[in-house]
Amino acid sequence: MIIAFTSKGTDWDSKMDPRFGRTDYILFYNEDTQELSHLDNREVADQAHGVGPKTAQKLFERGAQVLITGNGPGGNAAEALKQMELKIFVGAGEMTVREAYEAYQRGQLAQGA
Amino acid sequence: MKLAIASGKGGTGKTTLAVNLALYAAATRRVALLDLDVEEPNSGIFLKGKLKREKQLFRAVPEWKKEACILCGKCSELCRFNAVLKLGKHILVMPELCHSCYACSELCPENALPMTQKSLGFLRHYEQDGLDFVESKMEIGVEMATPLIEQTLAYAEAEIAGADLQIRDCPPGTSCSVINATRDADFALLVTEPTPFGLHDLSLAVETMRHLDKPIAVAVNRVGIGNDDVFRYCEAEGIPVWASFPHDRRVAELYSRGETLYDKVDSIRTGMDAIHTQISSLGGGK
Repeated sequence: MIIAFTSKGTDWDSKMDPRFGRTDYILFYNEDTQELSHLDNREVADQAHGVGPKTAQKLFERGAQVLITGNGPGGNAAEALKQMELKIFVGAGEMTVREAYEAYQRGQLAQGA
Repeated sequence: MKLAIASGKGGTGKTTLAVNLALYAAATRRVALLDLDVEEPNSGIFLKGKLKREKQLFRAVPEWKKEACILCGKCSELCRFNAVLKLGKHILVMPELCHSCYACSELCPENALPMTQKSLGFLRHYEQDGLDFVESKMEIGVEMATPLIEQTLAYAEAEIAGADLQIRDCPPGTSCSVINATRDADFALLVTEPTPFGLHDLSLAVETMRHLDKPIAVAVNRVGIGNDDVFRYCEAEGIPVWASFPHDRRVAELYSRGETLYDKVDSIRTGMDAIHTQISSLGGGK
């Protein structure tokens, strides 16, 4: 299972980024190989429109099955995410990535649209 | 002469001024009134013209042809609006993000993204005593107002060539819609009210119009409420105040019944006369 996190940094102790489309980084944790990798998403900062769907495309390309984030994706991003089998968990915006993962494992995060 | 009636703040009286000025001026010259506030056009509430023409407006967006697609992903890479996404074996077009630039469609090696027409809403052209009135109304669910505004301006250019004064009731704010509605106008008349909120948004509108190198003047509505900071601001910035309208309960009553004001309230008539004199002195004609 590949789990994606929206985050402010690139390791387990980084703060989560509550935003989806404009998140600084996306962290990917592969539960099978226990590898943590990241993708720098800051290039979207200059773009005015459509960053949500673009970020969704990146999740798709990396084969993420679970997304853990803060506020949850907006309408356009949600439209794009509908195309993939992805479980979205929200409300982790104030946590570190590690805390968010633990909260997810304990079933403490709400499932978003 | 193309006169844009704009404002920063909403609800300052753009429509009221545009409609009354149009009717007032139509007594002596050929006038076209365009309601470009396409998200909620309401000049029509105060007019009783006869419908001359109705036209559905469209804009082109790409449609994915799965059978022709080789999934090369070029479309998704080159769309600067992120409106075309390649999601695995699926190309997803987001019509609301599309700016109809044709790039994906033209550059697709397999012609798998032909452009198709998407409805934006309707344009309606009315005639009333020497006044041509055109309003466009966006369809529910359409997000982008600018294509509708551009097409409405093009329609007026082509179909109402005889009018020597074109008055535009513009959308509020300072966003793309306002830029589109004012960009090629000869003059922008900014309507505000003498309140801190009115002044704040007026200053944003002034800044916007200066970016567009647009000559401007101000009309102040509901004078008597708030304070005189708006007048001090205009003086300091060297912006002429063409008219000020006193706060008047009778105006609100007439307005609430959808009635015109220039023919019933002296202060409004005086204001329209002052504005019309200024317009005429700018070259009056074309």
